[in-house]
Amino acid sequence: MNPALQGLITIILGVGGCVGYFYFSNQFLDKVLFPGKGPNAGRNINRANMVRPWLFLFPALALLGLYLAYPVFETLRLSVSERVSGGGSEFVGLANYSQMFGEPKFWEAMRNNMLWLIVVPAMSTAFGLLAAQLTDRIKWGNIAKSLIFMPMAISFVGAAVIFKLVYDTRPIDQEQIGILNAIYLWFGGDAPQTWLTIPLWNNFFLMVVLIWIQTGFAMVILSAALRGIPEDTIEAAIIDGANPFQIFFKIKIPQIVGTIVVVWTTITIVVLKVFDIVFAMTNGQWETQVLANYMFDKLFRANDWGVGSASAMIIMLLVTPILVWNVYNVRKEMK
Amino acid sequence: MDNIAGTKSGLTWAVHISVVLLVVLWVFPTVGLLVSSFRTADQISTSGWWKSMLPSEQSETLRTAAPSTQTLENGIHVISGNLFERPGDFTISVWGVKSNDIAAYEPGDTADMGDGVSITVQANGDYRMISTEEFSGRRGERVFVTAKTPPEFTTRNYYNVLFDPANREGMTKAFFNTLTVTIPATVIPILIAAFAAYALAWMEFPGRALLVAAVVGLLVVPLQLALIPLLKFHNDIGIGKGYLGTWMAHTGFGLPLAIYLLRNYMVGLPRDIIENARVDGATEFQIFVKIILPLSFPALASFAIFQFLWTWNDLLVALVFLIDSTGETTVMTKQIVELLGTRGGNWEILATSAFVSIAVPLCVFFAMQRYLVRGLLAGSVK
Repeated sequence: MNPALQGLITIILGVGGCVGYFYFSNQFLDKVLFPGKGPNAGRNINRANMVRPWLFLFPALALLGLYLAYPVFETLRLSVSERVSGGGSEFVGLANYSQMFGEPKFWEAMRNNMLWLIVVPAMSTAFGLLAAQLTDRIKWGNIAKSLIFMPMAISFVGAAVIFKLVYDTRPIDQEQIGILNAIYLWFGGDAPQTWLTIPLWNNFFLMVVLIWIQTGFAMVILSAALRGIPEDTIEAAIIDGANPFQIFFKIKIPQIVGTIVVVWTTITIVVLKVFDIVFAMTNGQWETQVLANYMFDKLFRANDWGVGSASAMIIMLLVTPILVWNVYNVRKEMK
Repeated sequence: MDNIAGTKSGLTWAVHISVVLLVVLWVFPTVGLLVSSFRTADQISTSGWWKSMLPSEQSETLRTAAPSTQTLENGIHVISGNLFERPGDFTISVWGVKSNDIAAYEPGDTADMGDGVSITVQANGDYRMISTEEFSGRRGERVFVTAKTPPEFTTRNYYNVLFDPANREGMTKAFFNTLTVTIPATVIPILIAAFAAYALAWMEFPGRALLVAAVVGLLVVPLQLALIPLLKFHNDIGIGKGYLGTWMAHTGFGLPLAIYLLRNYMVGLPRDIIENARVDGATEFQIFVKIILPLSFPALASFAIFQFLWTWNDLLVALVFLIDSTGETTVMTKQIVELLGTRGGNWEILATSAFVSIAVPLCVFFAMQRYLVRGLLAGSVK
């Protein structure tokens, strides 16, 4: 069957199915199971209203459970078992983990991930804050914002191609078509560099791609926070003779610290999952491996589900503090 | 706030200049790709794209007309004409007649080619070659010129990538496959999430707060964890790798954000409207369809944009759940990664393919930016 046709049928079935499910299950509840008339009308309406939320929630909960909650436990189980030939698996304890900890590639991925975790959120937030503060003051600020925000819409793969062109290298006797090498030579560099193969530094060239994408996000959130600062605190500072830098660092920043933390943690999560950029640009060669790509390698190239799941659990472990913090905050807010 | 900047014009200028610098820095890489996609392979590999707006200098080897075209003027044999096939656009800066000295003469100079032959070349490519003897041989003489060619752009790359009947790059198919993945994967989670969000926002039942907390927790669970368990699950229930599994996976992964966004928005709707409707005897289903859904349009639009961008740009889910060994169901992101491997040097194809895949999200982005910003502000966990 033509996939486009299949897609169309899926939309119709999916949407129709959802609407049908919600409509008929409600009808069934009100008309058949607990009819709102007759001798028990009052009791029935109460019962129906107790069941109804679960009708509304059921499809979402089923999908969330199956696609997000269950895999966490299943991955945990896989990470402590080994596939045996002929199907099935057996419990091997922490063997997968100790095998993984013995691999230099894993520690390289850990080191790089830590670098990513420090550099990318810090730089994106800093640039975002700078852009938000500067564009808020000028007339064409909205156009500038929109252009800095634009990379958000570009896929990681698209961004990888864009930056591959930036980092392109030609032999020294030819004209450089990568802007970075052109600038490097123009400023007196001796020979064109293959930027993505210089160990350690190449990590930073990959990080630039994600910083470029995430700065717009940081800018949008922080810009809204800056606008939310009460005017009178700033006016008071002006009257007291504070200069613009003091106002920014001593009046504004302390009032938006909460938002900065939110931006920082959100970008941290994106960083932990970063896969496409490394996969498309270096595929972990030249010491640029990161956890998510390491895991993909293990799962689908080495076909080693045990170690692959173990590394996925490491990512989960790194995310957990943020998860707990978010849940804690939401619970506090709801009380 | 403005008065601080207003009183210090030096600072205002500094702000303007810094913003210009930031914007240029952020736009420059994308513009590079866009410009490159309109250049020929030769142009891309011989000069940086930032020079494409200016006339470029190229050295070429051209030939005069063949001796058969010679004429006799006052006892002198003459061959004349223009060196370029399409004269008019070119300006010669230097030229020569020997391959080891291609910059020997200025336009208007006369070069002695030996044996009584001499040639004069003008800046526009007109030449006049004269000889006391009759010209012989079949081919004309070689002339090496370095000429400025005007900026030239082509849409040929787009034709090759999108409409070429042989479809060597596979982008057309990938484009439609991406579309096939994206649309159901955007529409279905919205509907499911809207109902759940309504229940979490406006219905009283035990465990509601716990469920909201659970949704917030699932918001950050890395989807990497889901790959193997779900691939196994899909194989077990017999759908294997394919569109159905991909749609379901995207729906599942998109739900936490959808529920969270929509619940936050619906909680803020005025209580009176909903309670009045309840008093008037509307069922919950009617309230939801007739009041909540229309009022929640901005939040629905925000999420739709997120989910669209995310599914359109996705690589990992497609790699794991969709693309099988036949490669029939490849999506654009995968196709571009493939091209990066096999055609790493063919920038005209890479740039064009990448831009085809970037163009659609960019249009959505610029058209619906307002909703995207609103969604971001509502969606970041406070």
